[in-house]
Amino acid sequence: MSATAADIHDNHDDHGPVHTGIKRWLFTTNHKDIGTLYLVFSLIMLFVGGLMAMIIRAELFQPGLQFVNPNFFNQMVTLHALVMVFGMIMPAFAGFANWMIPLMIGAPDMALPRLNNWSFWLLPFAVVLLASTLFMPGGAPASGWTLYPPLVLQTGDAFPFAIFAVHLLGISSIMAAINIIVTIMNLRTPSMSLMQMPLFVWGWLITAYLLIAVMPVLAGGVTMLLMDQFFATSFFQAAGGGDPVLFQHIFWFFGHPEVYIIILPAFGIISQIIPAFSRKPLFGHSAMIYAMASIAFLSFIVWAHHMFTVGMPLAGQMFFMLSTMLIAIPTGVKVFNWTATMWQGSLSFETPMLFAIAFLFLFTIGGFSGLMMAMAPPDFQYHDTYFIVAHFHYVLVPGAMFAAIAGCYFWLPKWTGHMYDERLGQIHFWLSTIFVNLTFFPQHFVGLAGMPRRIPDYAVQFTNFNAMSSIGSFGFGLSQLLLVYVIYKCVKGARKATAEVWDSPEGLEWTVPSPVPYHAFDKAPTYTPRNWGG
Amino acid sequence: MKKCLMPIWGSLFAVSTANAEWEVNLPVGVTDISALIFDLHMFVFWICVAIGFVVFTAMTVAMIKFRKSKGAVPATWSHSLTAEIIWTVIPIMILISMAIPAARALVEIEDTRGTEMTIKITGYQWKWHYDYIGEDVQFFSSLAQTSNEARRLGSDIDPNSVENYLLEVDRQLVLPVDTKIRYLITANDVLHAWWVPAFAVKKDAIPGYINEGWFKVNETGTYRGQCAELCGKDHGFMPVVVKVLSKTDYAAWLAAQRTS
Ligand SMILES: [Cu+2]
Repeated sequence: MSATAADIHDNHDDHGPVHTGIKRWLFTTNHKDIGTLYLVFSLIMLFVGGLMAMIIRAELFQPGLQFVNPNFFNQMVTLHALVMVFGMIMPAFAGFANWMIPLMIGAPDMALPRLNNWSFWLLPFAVVLLASTLFMPGGAPASGWTLYPPLVLQTGDAFPFAIFAVHLLGISSIMAAINIIVTIMNLRTPSMSLMQMPLFVWGWLITAYLLIAVMPVLAGGVTMLLMDQFFATSFFQAAGGGDPVLFQHIFWFFGHPEVYIIILPAFGIISQIIPAFSRKPLFGHSAMIYAMASIAFLSFIVWAHHMFTVGMPLAGQMFFMLSTMLIAIPTGVKVFNWTATMWQGSLSFETPMLFAIAFLFLFTIGGFSGLMMAMAPPDFQYHDTYFIVAHFHYVLVPGAMFAAIAGCYFWLPKWTGHMYDERLGQIHFWLSTIFVNLTFFPQHFVGLAGMPRRIPDYAVQFTNFNAMSSIGSFGFGLSQLLLVYVIYKCVKGARKATAEVWDSPEGLEWTVPSPVPYHAFDKAPTYTPRNWGG
Repeated sequence: MKKCLMPIWGSLFAVSTANAEWEVNLPVGVTDISALIFDLHMFVFWICVAIGFVVFTAMTVAMIKFRKSKGAVPATWSHSLTAEIIWTVIPIMILISMAIPAARALVEIEDTRGTEMTIKITGYQWKWHYDYIGEDVQFFSSLAQTSNEARRLGSDIDPNSVENYLLEVDRQLVLPVDTKIRYLITANDVLHAWWVPAFAVKKDAIPGYINEGWFKVNETGTYRGQCAELCGKDHGFMPVVVKVLSKTDYAAWLAAQRTS
């Protein structure tokens, strides 16, 4: 990174954006700008999807229908999931990828900058299209995000628009994935071997391959729905000789890897943060990579564990039960390795570390309920109940989303050049952690006690835990406003951050100044793995 | 195993089962299969508690003992083949110990031999249809009128004042006790799922498919469940209620149905 006389002429470090104002953001090809766009978009979607969750929880606060009719409730259930999965959590990690992958591998930018711009700018249009279905005759899709036929075919005028929205979201993800793979393979500084890459980069590399493998499958599945509706095909229509269960197989062949598309980048972020605040190298760097790769591989052969009740043959149920249980092994390795990283370290508890530790505990709880439902016989009881709702929200909220928040606090000083308000960050942490548990833990209980998911009203014996859950969710939703304020305050200006920001964390991203210059790493830097003196 | 352990599991949750509003666990149920599933569920639950105890203790000890503020000096090691082998092999052994009883239970659940009678269940938006195969008795079963009035948006009826709110039907499915009953299940429009927690039976009703299963209820009584697969706007309002009678009462009921 040191400038010599020869390259001063080519030194673009001080160049800012070509355009200013709105044009800067519309036409940008800079990975930092696009990363920021993704992250801001994701934050907005957190509140859009969150508002829908609040409507759901308000209705479920008491038995009886108080606020919305059942059809609108089902639309909220559907859109909440689609917005949170495709609008909030995936773009959040795409934002981190854009910002951090080039910095971590010493690349000047993403390999395909124009494609990058398009990947992002598809998203707002896709989400607006999706949201507009709410105002169409018949309303938004009310079939749940799984879009199972035949129910989804009963959607009104909104049907083709919702399908196209899913297509656009898919195209955006595929292009982002291509870009990430090409960047890692081609623009990595030659002195960094693949196995030396930081875990966040590894998590995303594997995720990108998963995206390319399964997004087209989803696109194919929803296109077949479209054909069934408008072109008289019968892929999924029993009356025409089709098979409704086929859609479920297609959906979950996409849907199960999708779970890891969301969680592997989260694993990556946690694997960056825990060593940094333990002041100790990540335990079992290679094992962590192999664990992620095995999880990704297994994710392709477990999909039908979402379908134990469809009436599969015994052999099929047995296979998917056993293959699913295998996932516990690499996942266990990850949790044990993070714990071993903390062991005999020198720990400090700034906000990113607090969120990472909460991730360790709460993601593990989500993993436990996952292990329980891997077993087909008990799953006959758990399936489609609030126990499942509790499970995947533990994995996605204090799991994936906490990792994203942790990453946000961890890298915010690097991006803005200012330290965030540590005290407010810690208050945000405690509020989030308390309320997230108040929201989702009682859902285990009502689920086991017999409350099905996706119902707008329930039998009176489920009242107490639902009321708790609703109160928790309002608290959790409000607490996230604090996150917005902390970010706003940090961007506006506060104590200057150093290049390293934290206590000598490892990685190339900490060798560039904070805030990161608009163009960094014009020349490939030399990467030397840290000698920990061990 | 299940016979001797059940009282222990039961007593651990006695506090909660005493009050339905604070129920936190699966029902033990009234079929051998539901009890088997309950035992499996508790078995894995305690495995998770044990693993959780070890892992969370290790994390907590690390957080307390190795704090920078207490002057902890970081170690520099980052590998230990022994540790990695241990925490790969032990989980494998635990998984095998789970897989064996789970696989056994699965085989038992899928064993539909020796059934004594057959009913056909058909899901409709938003009611169930029951057909007693070979008996010439069939009827629809939909949400009871009392619940149906109370559940309207803006109805001023307090759900707490309605008996078995959302869990009552106009015509209950009536079945005999101690009989291995085979059910065939399908749907007429969209997907549904027929679920009675006390029987540990949940099976999807799928247009174009006839799924099959069985249950054998050990105790007479009334058992309640709900549709468990999103089926449109009134998905939350198509309960399942099964009344299990003694064999003689059932025979009398069936005869009365035929004559009426
Ligand atoms: Cu139904």
